[in-house]
Amino acid sequence: MTRSTTKNHFELFDLPVQFCIDPDRLNQQFRKVQSEVHPDRFAAASGAERLKSMQLATLANEAYQTLKNPTSRARYLLQLQGIDTQEDSNTAMPGDFLMLQMEWREAMEEATDAHDIDALERLLTEMRKSSSQFQQDLQQQLDENRAYEQASGTVRKLSFIDKVQADIEQAISKLEDA
Amino acid sequence: MALLQIAEPGMSAAPHQHKLAVGIDLGTTNSLVATVRSGMSTVLHDEEGHALLPSVVRYLPDGSVEVGYSAQSQQSQDPHNTIVSVKRFMGRGLKDVADIAQLPYKFVDTPGMLQIQTRAGKKSPVEVSAEILKVLKQRAEKALGGELTGAVITVPAYFDDAQRQATKDAARLAGLTVLRLLNEPTAAAVAYGLDNASEGVYVIYDMGGGTFDVSILRLSKGVFEVLATNGDSALGGDDFDRRIFCWILEQAKLPPINPEDTRLLLTKSREAKEWLTDHAEARITSILKSGDLVDLTLTSAKLKELTQHLIAKTLNPTRKALRDASLAVEDVKGIVMVGGATRMPQVRHAVAEFFGQDPLTNLDPDKVVALGAAIQANVLAGNRSENDLLLLDIIPLSLGLETMGGLTERVIPRNSTLPIARAQDFTTFKDGQTAMSIHVVQGERELVSDCRSLARFELRGIPPMAAGAARIRVTFQVDADGLLSVTAREQTSGVESHITVKPSYGLSEDEIADMLQSSFNAAESDKHARALQEARVDAERLLEAITYALKQDGELLSETERKQIKANMEQLRNLMETGNSHAIHDAVEALNHATEEFAAKRMDASVRKALAGQKLNSLEL
Repeated sequence: MTRSTTKNHFELFDLPVQFCIDPDRLNQQFRKVQSEVHPDRFAAASGAERLKSMQLATLANEAYQTLKNPTSRARYLLQLQGIDTQEDSNTAMPGDFLMLQMEWREAMEEATDAHDIDALERLLTEMRKSSSQFQQDLQQQLDENRAYEQASGTVRKLSFIDKVQADIEQAISKLEDA
Repeated sequence: MALLQIAEPGMSAAPHQHKLAVGIDLGTTNSLVATVRSGMSTVLHDEEGHALLPSVVRYLPDGSVEVGYSAQSQQSQDPHNTIVSVKRFMGRGLKDVADIAQLPYKFVDTPGMLQIQTRAGKKSPVEVSAEILKVLKQRAEKALGGELTGAVITVPAYFDDAQRQATKDAARLAGLTVLRLLNEPTAAAVAYGLDNASEGVYVIYDMGGGTFDVSILRLSKGVFEVLATNGDSALGGDDFDRRIFCWILEQAKLPPINPEDTRLLLTKSREAKEWLTDHAEARITSILKSGDLVDLTLTSAKLKELTQHLIAKTLNPTRKALRDASLAVEDVKGIVMVGGATRMPQVRHAVAEFFGQDPLTNLDPDKVVALGAAIQANVLAGNRSENDLLLLDIIPLSLGLETMGGLTERVIPRNSTLPIARAQDFTTFKDGQTAMSIHVVQGERELVSDCRSLARFELRGIPPMAAGAARIRVTFQVDADGLLSVTAREQTSGVESHITVKPSYGLSEDEIADMLQSSFNAAESDKHARALQEARVDAERLLEAITYALKQDGELLSETERKQIKANMEQLRNLMETGNSHAIHDAVEALNHATEEFAAKRMDASVRKALAGQKLNSLEL
């Protein structure tokens, strides 16, 4: 209906459509957009304006979350290229990554069984390192080489790491409660 | 705080008329009302000069209702009919209240939310809370000399959808227009942040009478962004009282005691706890109805020992919130203490030790929430403020749907910034299936049975198809109050059916309408008169808002579009003269519809200007 709803997430915040973004600028632009469209700005406005404000504020939140997280940002860029990252269907991983996966899972289970929160924290740090390595790969694959198939593979790896990280955080949280 | 004043489209409908708006802290132990007067947020006092209104409601034999200090003074004489800490029961069923046996009330187990049997009949926690809100409303209208435009009411950040809805219902029952439900820690941050022009990451540690909340916020140039929140909606100062109470029973070797004595000793426990804030020991003396004598001395060291585990219980949610925000203790610039229970020295010490810095306590922990709520109310009511602030709050608990095997499918994760919408697609399980049942839950656990059930509804009229062919899209929308509505829609080959559920707990729309009805006096009791009044107020508000919008941004419209809107406005003005509330309502809808495109254009224009770095204040000042 209006231009703002058909803009992509990058355009909404007036950012270049690429993987490498300046997080400070994203934060700033997000706040600027919310300052204009948030429902709090329209508490006394007409019903049409309140509805539109809710829709735009919802969209701004969605766009911000998508762009803030590197995995979802890459997935979204690929989507804009018409490429499905197939995270649910394509589970084939290269052999070396498969080995890493198994090591991480084992380390997590051992540390959880031993109630060793410090070991879990160390594991998280290690995974963050791999994660940032893959993010550098993505920058090359997406922004420089336009190697979208390769980038899809990297997104699948990052997506796996995100899931294990969430599991580890959950495990830490459970141990703290016990 | 040096902030640009930005002209807010639609906010300044009547530039010269100051709207009367208040912030209400509806607390477990005490409630307060505050407002912004001459640019300053101030707590409003009662005739005797009290700022606090004890959240105590007593139903008297003559049918009247007492709220506050007078009710509080009678609580041990009349425990069954004097409701204390009712907030703990809001949106809660009987099985949710852990210490039911220790409480002096006659509970009634009703679906959704429990009720309390009093001499005035069965009372829902919503009704009891409404009594407190009515008193605060009266206090404010008297002090401000007019009817209130609306109120911001604070809730613990960790309140779930049921508890929020119950709070909103209570406000409605008290005749208040709710501008916004605001999370207590966020309100405290507003009061604190605006006073101190702070920037950076702040932790709000909020322990009230019955709830504990911890929130992590990033403050930057007037934007308050909540990053994560956690807490325990059944942990607070009351639990410290109960620890002392149990210790008294143990020490004095008392047999099981009656409700009057229970209430008496709980009060003595609270007094001892408060005394120990500034003293090393407290003497607890009392003669019970049973004739037993209590005479004990409680030292602060003993209190610390008795309540250590309660304080430890607040640090786990704190850790989780930090982790959810991906922050470490070192990233925190300051810790703001909120709630009366944070006066306890042992609480302050534990927090200082955890964060490696002394918490900030320069604002009165009892008042800071109401003061912040008043600032937000002032902004929402459309009064200009020099401190142009924006609150970006989050949903504290994940929302999901029940799937096969009683498992939860998470649709909206906790700590998502509001407002938020998410959709999930489902399909049919059997050939020719024409209905599907949808169960909405809130919580972090995998099993549906461990989460809170919010709503169940059925989507009917699905055209018969082969299993797996139907596409049913379930959309969750959580608004800026943190309240949820769910829409389910079957979308194949042009056939659609559609249902929106607004969960209401314990109370149906009809029940609320009936309660409202009976609480108004005879002159106002005519349903039609009330409906007409409401429709006219709505219409006036809309006309005012659109007139202002046309004046500001009329050039965004073509001549034809402007004429169409003006024609709709004229039609509405004409209808307002008639006594037909339905016709007015329909015309309001039509006008809203006619201005949708205009609304979109205005917002688009303002976003473009903001991103281009143009200052809008030049238009206004």
